[in-house]
Amino acid sequence: MALAARAFSVKKRFLAMYKRANAGHVGSALSCAELLVLLKYAWMRDQDTFILSKGHAVAALYSLLVEANELDAGQLDTFYGEGTLLPALPPVNGIKQIPFATGSLGHGLSLCAGMAVGAALAGRPRDFFCLTSDGELDAGSIWEAALFVSHRKLANLVWLIDRNRIQGMGGTEDVLALEPLADKLASFGFQVLEADGHDFGALLAARDACRRLQAKRPAPVAIIANTIKGHGIRYMQDTVASHYLPMDDAQYRQALDDLASAYATAAVTGRDAR
Amino acid sequence: MRDEFVRALIGLHQRRRDLVFMTGDVGYLAIEGLQATFGDRFINAGVAEQNMVSLAAGLAREGHLPWLYSIAPFVVLRPYEQIRTDVCLHRLPVKLVGNGGGYGYGIMGATHHALEDIGAMRVLPNMRVYVPLTAADVEQAVASMAADPLANYLRLNGVMPIPGEVPPFAPWRRLKPGRSTVVIGAGPVLGNIYELADPDLLDELELWCVGTFPIEDLPAELKASVRTKRVVTIEEHYGAGGLGEALGCSLLSQGLSPPSFTGLHAAGYPSGRYGSQRWHQEENGLAGPGLRSRLQKVVRG
Repeated sequence: MALAARAFSVKKRFLAMYKRANAGHVGSALSCAELLVLLKYAWMRDQDTFILSKGHAVAALYSLLVEANELDAGQLDTFYGEGTLLPALPPVNGIKQIPFATGSLGHGLSLCAGMAVGAALAGRPRDFFCLTSDGELDAGSIWEAALFVSHRKLANLVWLIDRNRIQGMGGTEDVLALEPLADKLASFGFQVLEADGHDFGALLAARDACRRLQAKRPAPVAIIANTIKGHGIRYMQDTVASHYLPMDDAQYRQALDDLASAYATAAVTGRDAR
Repeated sequence: MRDEFVRALIGLHQRRRDLVFMTGDVGYLAIEGLQATFGDRFINAGVAEQNMVSLAAGLAREGHLPWLYSIAPFVVLRPYEQIRTDVCLHRLPVKLVGNGGGYGYGIMGATHHALEDIGAMRVLPNMRVYVPLTAADVEQAVASMAADPLANYLRLNGVMPIPGEVPPFAPWRRLKPGRSTVVIGAGPVLGNIYELADPDLLDELELWCVGTFPIEDLPAELKASVRTKRVVTIEEHYGAGGLGEALGCSLLSQGLSPPSFTGLHAAGYPSGRYGSQRWHQEENGLAGPGLRSRLQKVVRG
């Protein structure tokens, strides 16, 4: 199945979860859905490890694991429910593919770096991928981790940043400005790539560029994925509200229609990269 | 205790190969031996303790046994949420080592003291705290920690001489018998009692040492004592969250009611002045004349 079709399927799964649970964080999941699909279906090998540092988007990750037959589909129905194994943010030690309960922001890059060093010490070097939000780059621990990853030249660690430019209470540049972000990352020693985080063609090109950079120089790579919070749903996209608000019935129908239309258009125009 | 810790860890490293030692950029002229022995398993994580703790969680997740070393407040309080979330909630065996518990860093001042470290650590899930009394305890505590599947915090301090033969490190140890009053302490501050140069007072005191938190069940011998003797706790720690509170709760829950219960603990910085560890202990009635008069008051009323 093509990547865009996977992404469409994953999005439908988590939209249904959010609707059933009457819950928010929809925009956060839509922001990174293509990134998760890219990693799962076009980049990571079985032995590689992924940390979703922006744990509030875990509905997208649960859906991805179901899509990949690594999690029982029926479990998605329990999302947010009493006694569920799938809480709104990742569970502790509950799912093999989720090594840490993230969601307290600013932890993931350090955890990922620790695992990468651990794998290297054990003589089992693998690839490690960490997806952070952009709002969580406010946390000092992120920059502690960035110093460490760069200093140790952890070239088998790829840091992806979901750059949707919106955080808890407003735009990232209004709350605590991050720009020039690429320059900041480069000055910390990262090889920096930027890509449209919703365009599989661009993302695959970034993957290939990342591999070339890793082969050329033993320095870690950071990929700034320019994204849109609530992407693909007209009423929701690029709004702070999409972080918080659940969908009413009409909004849910519109969300499904918008996603279906966008998917159909992408398929017609040949943007459905494989 | 720091030198004993370094030697113990080097010894442990020679017996098992999964250790990783991390420092928050402290340990000059103390941990160089570790660096030389551990090779690529020695990591100076820099003055970045939050990152260091999460790194350790990642290392533990990959099957390693990380030991993290810094000055007590910097390894306990600065990365507290990382300890809670990344280490304890995930039940990972990360070993935190804080040098200078209590007023251990003396004239360095309040920023470098740790008067709430035991309290902060003992409320965490899946965490066991180790408080050695003597230099010899350290190697035994390190061995226990290495075998402990939980996360641990080891509180290191300067040692005080303890007369006589001290039993091996254990959750509960009786140091000496006494007539009327049971004194229960944690760490080398207990040694200050032997210095009081008051043999009659000392004869009254039955001394016990707590080595680990959460407090384990009281030995039968101690249970018998606290039914009839007054109880005093002594700790180089704030009262809140410390040994006294923990023990009081333990006694109540076991239906044990001593004739009186007195907690001797640090008040902090009552005069706003600074000095050596000893000076702070005296100012807080945990050493010297202040300690003597507090104990005399309990014993003699």
